[in-house]
Amino acid sequence: MGMHTISGKKLAAGGALLTLLIILPLVSSSFGQHVMIITFMFAMCGVAWNVMGGYAGMFSFGQVAFFGIGAYTSSFLVLTFHLSPWIGLVAGGVISALLAAAIGYPCSKLRGHYFAIASIAFAEIVRIVFTNWDMVGAAEGLTLPMVKESLTHFMFHSSKLPYYYIMLLFLLLAVAVCYWVSTSKMGYYFRAIKESHEIAEVLGVNVVRYRLFAIMISAFLTSMAGTFYAQYILYIDPESVMIMPISVQIVLVAMLGGANTVLGPVVGAAILIPLSEYSRAWLGYKGTGVDMILYGTLITLISMYQPAGVWGAITNLMRRGK
Amino acid sequence: MSAVPFLDVQSISKYFGGVRACDDVSFHVDRGEIVSIIGPNGAGKSTLFSCITGFHSVDKGRVFFKGQDITNQKPHTIAKLGVVRTFQIVQVISDMTVLENVMTGGFLRHSRVADVRSHAEEMLAFTGLTDKRNHNALELSISDKKRLEVSMSLAMKPELLMLDESMAGLTRVELREMIALIRKVRANGVTVLVVEHVMEAVMELSDRVIVLNTGRKIVEGPPKEVVANPEVIRAYLGERYNAVRK
Repeated sequence: MGMHTISGKKLAAGGALLTLLIILPLVSSSFGQHVMIITFMFAMCGVAWNVMGGYAGMFSFGQVAFFGIGAYTSSFLVLTFHLSPWIGLVAGGVISALLAAAIGYPCSKLRGHYFAIASIAFAEIVRIVFTNWDMVGAAEGLTLPMVKESLTHFMFHSSKLPYYYIMLLFLLLAVAVCYWVSTSKMGYYFRAIKESHEIAEVLGVNVVRYRLFAIMISAFLTSMAGTFYAQYILYIDPESVMIMPISVQIVLVAMLGGANTVLGPVVGAAILIPLSEYSRAWLGYKGTGVDMILYGTLITLISMYQPAGVWGAITNLMRRGK
Repeated sequence: MSAVPFLDVQSISKYFGGVRACDDVSFHVDRGEIVSIIGPNGAGKSTLFSCITGFHSVDKGRVFFKGQDITNQKPHTIAKLGVVRTFQIVQVISDMTVLENVMTGGFLRHSRVADVRSHAEEMLAFTGLTDKRNHNALELSISDKKRLEVSMSLAMKPELLMLDESMAGLTRVELREMIALIRKVRANGVTVLVVEHVMEAVMELSDRVIVLNTGRKIVEGPPKEVVANPEVIRAYLGERYNAVRK
């Protein structure tokens, strides 16, 4: 059972899937492309959550803070200093990671529910600050100016395709980072920390430091997704990029697909996001809440019968089959 | 005294509120020794372990390892210096295989995964767990879990290995195997300090025995002398039994 060597079969399957993902948008409707873009975006956030939640056991319900900071940093830099969003992307990531470390350090003893509660409080504080902060548009938010479409401006009008491929690349980057983390010293240390701080310390792990690594990596990747969202929608306010339901969605994507596996969150997003987008499009406008009922039922069923998540269940089956 | 003692514990005290868990305890361990700490429940044995390895802060006294002051250092710093401990209740990482558990310990000394893996394989061969390397750690029997714990500790390349009740709950056959394993560990140049209740193991393994009672060191010496000491018998069996024996 090679967890660290990717077999030829897996490589072939991955190649086929990637080819499909490259071709698929070319034959999709504009709405279909949009659904896939949002799916990738949440998949990326789920993968990022998984680094700290799935591997290191820090259940964050505050990821939206990093998403929002990513969105705000790049937008603010575009509006105020006319900097390319790509610079904002990196700046947002760095700010998110530093803020994550600053808040993570005093929380280094918190575990389980207590950590989750602290993360909610943190994200709510960030939301309230941005809602009242005039420099970043307060409750009105920021509207990005229309400029000529180009890769440097991270802006495209004629088609969603460039956004699609950029988001796909971002997702691949996140998956690569998560794969690297999970197979390196860091991944082993994260899993020891998840088991208990005591055993991690017995094994010589600097628990505080490695927890910060997990939080910072997670924050950076989530922030990237936030910058992408701002460039994609071109309008952000605290109610669209800093609210708790986004954090919950990110956790659901990861848990549903299978926390603690590299691809789990991607599978989770592929199920959950199209379901939520299409059910909203078809059923949501009637105001009956049928879409939410469907959504809730699915989550209940999976958490009752497949707590390891969909991808977790599949990998377990494959392992047993060998 | 010319040589610096290997482990030198000087007048350690640890209070929990009004309780003196460790009260002015001093002892030393020489390189290559096997030393046992025994004593009734609540005597402060595990607390003493935690004070030496940085899991508890020390209220008074100092700990020196190879002449270096390690008092109140962080557990990971002390582990890196070569002092590695286990806990009374077996601790393994539940969503990992046996091999991965041992590898996690090995990352203290190597960073390349391939190096860590091959070293971990060696450790499993040493402790006799090679057959079970791909089992989930939770599937193991108590005795195998204790072996795994020793393997994880050894992967950290300790100079001083501190085992907290690694014999508890073992069958006779398993006990013999564990005694043999600890001998083998020492033969490989690792100094061993154990907290132990199983007297058969204490008698056979120890070069010296330290007896704690209510946080204080009451006796120290070769195992045969220690068990014959009236104060030790009183600590274990109470005043009355001692009186009857007389």
